[in-house]
Amino acid sequence: MYKYDEYDQAVVDARVEEFRDQVRRRISGEMTEDQFKPLRLMNGLYLQLHAYMLRVAIPYGTLSGRQMHMLAHIARKYDKDYGHFTTRQNIQYNWIKLSDAPDILAELATVEMHAIQTSGNCIRNISADQYAGAAADEIEDPRPYAELLRQWSTFHPEFSYLPRKFKIAVIAADEDRAAMKLHDIGLQIVRNDAGEVGFRLYAGGGMGRTPMIAPVIRDFLPKADLLSYVEACLRVYNRFGRRDNIYKARIKILVHEIGRDEYARQVEEEFLHTKTLGLDAPEAEFQRIAALFAPPPFETGLPDEIDRSDPDFAIWVDQQVVAHKAPGYAIVNISLKPTIGIPGDASSAQIDLMADLATEYSFDEMRVTHAQNIVLPHVKKADLYTIWQKLDAAGLATPNLDLIGDIIACPGLDYCALANARSIPLAQKIAARFADLDRQRDLGELKLKISGCINACGHHHAGHIGILGVDRKGEENYQLLFGGSGAEDTSLAKIVGPGFSEDGVVDAIETAVNVYTSLRADGERFVDTYRRVGEKPFKEAIYG
Amino acid sequence: MKIVTGNDLVTGDVTWWTGKGWSRHVADAVDVGADGEHIAHVEEAALRVNGPVVIDGLMTEAGPVPAHIKDRIRAAGPTVRTDLSIRPDFQIEKA
Amino acid sequence: MGDLISFRTDGTHEEPAVTLDAFEGQSNATAVRLEPTDDPRALIPHLERLSLIEVAFPKFRDGRGYSVGSILREAGYTGELRAAGDVLVDQILPMRRCGFDSFLADAPIDRATMEKLGSLYDDVYQKTVDGRSPIWAKRHG
Repeated sequence: MYKYDEYDQAVVDARVEEFRDQVRRRISGEMTEDQFKPLRLMNGLYLQLHAYMLRVAIPYGTLSGRQMHMLAHIARKYDKDYGHFTTRQNIQYNWIKLSDAPDILAELATVEMHAIQTSGNCIRNISADQYAGAAADEIEDPRPYAELLRQWSTFHPEFSYLPRKFKIAVIAADEDRAAMKLHDIGLQIVRNDAGEVGFRLYAGGGMGRTPMIAPVIRDFLPKADLLSYVEACLRVYNRFGRRDNIYKARIKILVHEIGRDEYARQVEEEFLHTKTLGLDAPEAEFQRIAALFAPPPFETGLPDEIDRSDPDFAIWVDQQVVAHKAPGYAIVNISLKPTIGIPGDASSAQIDLMADLATEYSFDEMRVTHAQNIVLPHVKKADLYTIWQKLDAAGLATPNLDLIGDIIACPGLDYCALANARSIPLAQKIAARFADLDRQRDLGELKLKISGCINACGHHHAGHIGILGVDRKGEENYQLLFGGSGAEDTSLAKIVGPGFSEDGVVDAIETAVNVYTSLRADGERFVDTYRRVGEKPFKEAIYG
Repeated sequence: MKIVTGNDLVTGDVTWWTGKGWSRHVADAVDVGADGEHIAHVEEAALRVNGPVVIDGLMTEAGPVPAHIKDRIRAAGPTVRTDLSIRPDFQIEKA
Repeated sequence: MGDLISFRTDGTHEEPAVTLDAFEGQSNATAVRLEPTDDPRALIPHLERLSLIEVAFPKFRDGRGYSVGSILREAGYTGELRAAGDVLVDQILPMRRCGFDSFLADAPIDRATMEKLGSLYDDVYQKTVDGRSPIWAKRHG
């Protein structure tokens, strides 16, 4: 994975000092909150319901054991001993003091971490496929490109005050494990007919108040043009994105309003210009970065068989372990969705354990997924049983990957100042209702996502079942949606009907799931049956 | 009743205007009548509070209760981690 | 009046800036003011005779001016490029990197803070119109 050189280190160190001074000027009153807010957001610091919240960047979801240990340390020293992994592969701490924030950033900088641009109207964390470098279906590891984009976007002076936030995702396979088409810019690494590697570039996707799937803007972008082309995309957005209404300020609105063809035309015109400015890093820089993502020294001649005699272990293997491109290895998914608990949360002890497992068993590398789980990407099959035992002892071995119990939920009104309704208690009720893992397995892949408000941090539009918390006359109410997907079969979930109370929506989900099992054809997931039979049978069963 | 509430600038703690100063405990909140905006303005300028707002509340036997669920959660703490709550017993649901 | 800061060696241009509309109808103006919605490329044929282009920043969160400045410098403009309006000390560095070399701020700018912030970063990741060598260039000579 990427390692800082002295330039990278100097940048984050300078940023710590800059922020320390900004905090000083805020606390002394030299700066008003209005002036300070965009600056603290650009360092990932929110003011939430109960305290400041700090969102630490985990670039494209990749981190080392040492970095993970630091995240545990931050939780213990500055917070209340836990952290929350997010749908953009970052981690959040909910109980931060403003006065501690500069010291936290200083400690993070010692392990090559930061909170740069994890909030604010700027380019955010570049996300990537959590199986990068391990999956057999990728053309190349997408992360060197994500790192190139990370550096290019860091403190980019022209794009620090965009109309709104900007999220970029990079994938390298036809299977989309990063919800790429629901990003402001999505990049898929492809090969053209000449066998050259480049990108299919999408722009204008997103969720929130007006969810949209990104159209293709450029079928093939040579890799050498990546930065100058994305620069053109951003410049057109910075100049012409709406600034009159924050709910209409994302690039998806611009692309929708002027049309995909016109946006693409403007970008191509600007690109003819930006291409001449020498913005693109040379191939040597790309190679330097790519070398840091070279495959780890996989052993050969390893045993391929897994001893499945322990039935609980076998169940966990079947659900959580995914094929690796190197023989004898496997990809391990660690669930942060215990049947009783809070989706995406991990205690400092659990974080430390996962760090140790990564160091010992996964070439010191782990990933955070946008489904709020953790991945150990390079595990020997021979080590799976030992790992499972350790995870099980720590409450991290729930075998529910992509099942209904693998709920994605934003922090919601329990923590977030933007929320209209709580999402975590609802997630807990759903998890309890479907606690029976045999039943979960019978229901199969069922991606359930909960957002506590229209900002859609829970990605509910991309849920096979999505839930949106709303404020109905001062009471929490929940809208139910079906049929979304953030995978390559990207679709936006549709509202089923009038909203429900918290208990009501749990019942409605159970009803819907029963409709699915009564109507499903062989091999159909919930979302497949819904797409085939339409909403009518579900609506009738739920609303009578 | 009208209550003024905000967050402490330095710690981020939820705070409630007591009539004399700021308290972390909603039980200490007073009815500010029509003076809320003025108090908020003065206190924010003096850096004694960050982002103050005037909210509706009800005086009950159990003390002041904010009208909106968001503020009741601010008063109580996260309902899913009562071990971290300042007032785990605080009633969240509307009576 | 506003706090005027210049990083140019030839001082600040005193002549009042006309609007883009007025400029396009007037042959002898040497100073023009662009609003965030004006197209800076309309000035490209006239850059040689302009001594001052003032770009409005009506609210510091409105970042359109950063693109305006960059576009003008990319087009070869060498005169005074002034950011005017809600300019705060923390924006001076990114504005300079986008080509601005003078600032007319609505509220006073603390010079000590400005100097301190301006000296924090030895290096930058991106190539911009400020001519600084980006980190990738320094890495590869």
